[in-house]
Amino acid sequence: MSFVKLTASALAIAAVSATAASARDQVQVAGSSTVLPYASIVAEAFGENFEFPTPVVESGGSSAGLKRFCEGVGANTIDIANASRAIREREVQICAENGVTDIIEVRIGYDGIVFASDVNGNSFEFTQEDWYKALAAEHFIDGQLVPNQFTTWDQVRADLPNQEIQAFVPGTKHGTREVFEEKVILQGCEDGGFFQAMLDSGVDEDTAEEKCMSLRTDGRSVDIDGDYTETLARIDANKDGIGVFGLSFYENNTNKLQVATMAGVEPTVATISSGEYPVSRPLYFYIKKAHIGVIPGLKEFAEFFVADEIAGPDGPLAQYGLVSDPELGQTQTMVSDEDTIGTNM
Amino acid sequence: MTDATVTQPAAPGGAPKKTSLLKLDQRTRRRNAAEKRFKIYGMIAVGIGLVFLVALLSAIIVNGTNAFTQTFVTMNVTLNEDVLDKNGNRNPADIKKVSTFGYAPLINSALENKVESLGIETLLEDGGDMRAIMSASAAAQLRDYVLGNPDQIGETIEFRFLASSRVDGYLKGRVTRESIARDRNISSAHLLLIDDLKELGVVERVFNWGFITGTDASEARPEQAGIGASMIGSFFMMLVVLCLSLPIGVAASIYLEEFAPQNRFTDIIEVNISNLAAVPSIVFGILGLAAFIQFAHLPQSAPLVGGLVLTLMTLPTIIISTRASLKSVPQSIRDAALGVGASKMQSVFHHVLPLAMPGILTGTIIGLAQALGETAPLLLIGMVGFIASEYPNGIQEGFLDPNSAMPAQIFEWAKRADPAYYERAWGGIIILLLFLMTMNLIAILLRRRFERRW
Repeated sequence: MSFVKLTASALAIAAVSATAASARDQVQVAGSSTVLPYASIVAEAFGENFEFPTPVVESGGSSAGLKRFCEGVGANTIDIANASRAIREREVQICAENGVTDIIEVRIGYDGIVFASDVNGNSFEFTQEDWYKALAAEHFIDGQLVPNQFTTWDQVRADLPNQEIQAFVPGTKHGTREVFEEKVILQGCEDGGFFQAMLDSGVDEDTAEEKCMSLRTDGRSVDIDGDYTETLARIDANKDGIGVFGLSFYENNTNKLQVATMAGVEPTVATISSGEYPVSRPLYFYIKKAHIGVIPGLKEFAEFFVADEIAGPDGPLAQYGLVSDPELGQTQTMVSDEDTIGTNM
Repeated sequence: MTDATVTQPAAPGGAPKKTSLLKLDQRTRRRNAAEKRFKIYGMIAVGIGLVFLVALLSAIIVNGTNAFTQTFVTMNVTLNEDVLDKNGNRNPADIKKVSTFGYAPLINSALENKVESLGIETLLEDGGDMRAIMSASAAAQLRDYVLGNPDQIGETIEFRFLASSRVDGYLKGRVTRESIARDRNISSAHLLLIDDLKELGVVERVFNWGFITGTDASEARPEQAGIGASMIGSFFMMLVVLCLSLPIGVAASIYLEEFAPQNRFTDIIEVNISNLAAVPSIVFGILGLAAFIQFAHLPQSAPLVGGLVLTLMTLPTIIISTRASLKSVPQSIRDAALGVGASKMQSVFHHVLPLAMPGILTGTIIGLAQALGETAPLLLIGMVGFIASEYPNGIQEGFLDPNSAMPAQIFEWAKRADPAYYERAWGGIIILLLFLMTMNLIAILLRRRFERRW
């Protein structure tokens, strides 16, 4: 019977694969969707210039990537996790519990977080305080927490246009959310003196921080769990919307979006690398040291990633929108010496 | 139809009330009106469906056809020996040391020469500035050529390179002077240069085979991306689905239909197979992640795992359609076979199965077509990202090396920042739809050609 033959061959394939599963010849990367474009640019150039196969880069978010990274050591776990935030203490512990003890932290550069609205709409000049006032769930007024009543931007500050408040902010699984909360919302809370006022009225620091960073849930602030394309689509549909984007995404869509200044500074590669533009964050990738020498090409890929011709100010990553790291030289030595997180702290 | 049987009550004390078939009474008129209304509702429903279909197809065609053409720039590149082979010994190891970054200056000067020799006035200073019109893939294309033909070093050879995605968009009308006003990657001086080059035939838009045969590309060069590698991924997945779900599905349904006793146990199995057919596909994805990757340690992103997951999804479809076609074979065929002394198994395999085959094949093809277009379970087993960047080297690699599948690749493209990828996502949909239509067509032909009615 041909059925019998087919089944037998299918089983044989499964058996072969089960034995071959332990061997792997390409580097596997997963993690932040912000780092994904950069990692794929490097992976492509790596595949072109080296004898090794092109590394595989999956997306899914910083936390998801680090979770998979910490699953253990072995060919069926990933070698590199991309993250748009630094690894957390708790994640290092989970890693260690699963046998992933030596982790190399590599900072590839900086990414600007920009606020952009529809290209034909009003233009905005924001401060962090504006964003806190517009999006906080509750305001601290005269020693009382009262729900946020603002509905238009000119209520927040008279200079801003009379436009409905409608913000599309990254969802909690994104690394961008953390930076947004800390560098925009919390900063705005502190700038406006609300944080201090809460402390003065006897609230402890953690609670005050939490109150500062909790966003309103009445529909004026919408969490976007997808990618920036989803945020863009939302703004296309609702012209009053203001979205949070990465600088590189904005630069690829300047025909649809206009960018807002933050604290008087326009986000560009220059203002971000000089630190003038306040909302930026470092991008990282994490290497499993135990895989170096086991997975062919892993170390070469990491060194290639941070090489001047790739991650330097004139390299393809900077051209795509990465703000290159002035301390790239140190990172290069760190990668070639394989310094792990424990040793350089 | 109680209305029809109701007879007119006889008028009290006299002749019955006269009715005529030619003259419609009140009630008949109402019934006729109701029927007419229902027909109109039906036509409206069909009309809405058609409008949606036309809207969908025209959106796909309008947005997607542009992906099948691409802009190319033709120029002569001098393969400078000082740059490419410093020792001059044509040793492949030495030539390989020059990375793609080393090839960029050759392209810059070739571009500058081309513009100069054609006598085009441009606001751009030198080849480095003009470089924005070229794809980043040009250097890689040049390097591949030199590595393949080291004896050509020192010669001047004509190449056709991809133009950058912005230039391509300009020729397709997607990019305009207004839209690039604040674009950092290209300026209107570049567009002026393109206008001139296009007039002289140096820049041209031609059919893009690379889109059908190529591999995925990074976000820095959407112009190079193609769906070929993920097509191969889909092919290997479908092979796994076919080899596993057809024999398992057919064996299970023959047993259940022809041999199994009718009891509570088989009833439960039957109900569960029908339930399984209605389970959302993402559930199979989670199951595949837990069972095949985390438990059985099969490799991530491998078409083998994708195929296994889709097999689980396709099995109920195949079992249900196979049982239906086995059921439609008349009992007299079985009785006749048994009557001339065939065993139960002989009657099934020699008589019932061949007659049911067209139905089984149709069901299988429809199931495969469904699996081919499925994205959700693939998201969970790591098939989305920058995956389909290389063709597999052989059969075994085809099953085991990370690869994407067509629908997953389309999903990935639709997410990317550069608008050129959006166009490619639509183009990918056209290719996927062509595959699905071909498969459905084969299914219909098989049914027409071989199906028997009793």
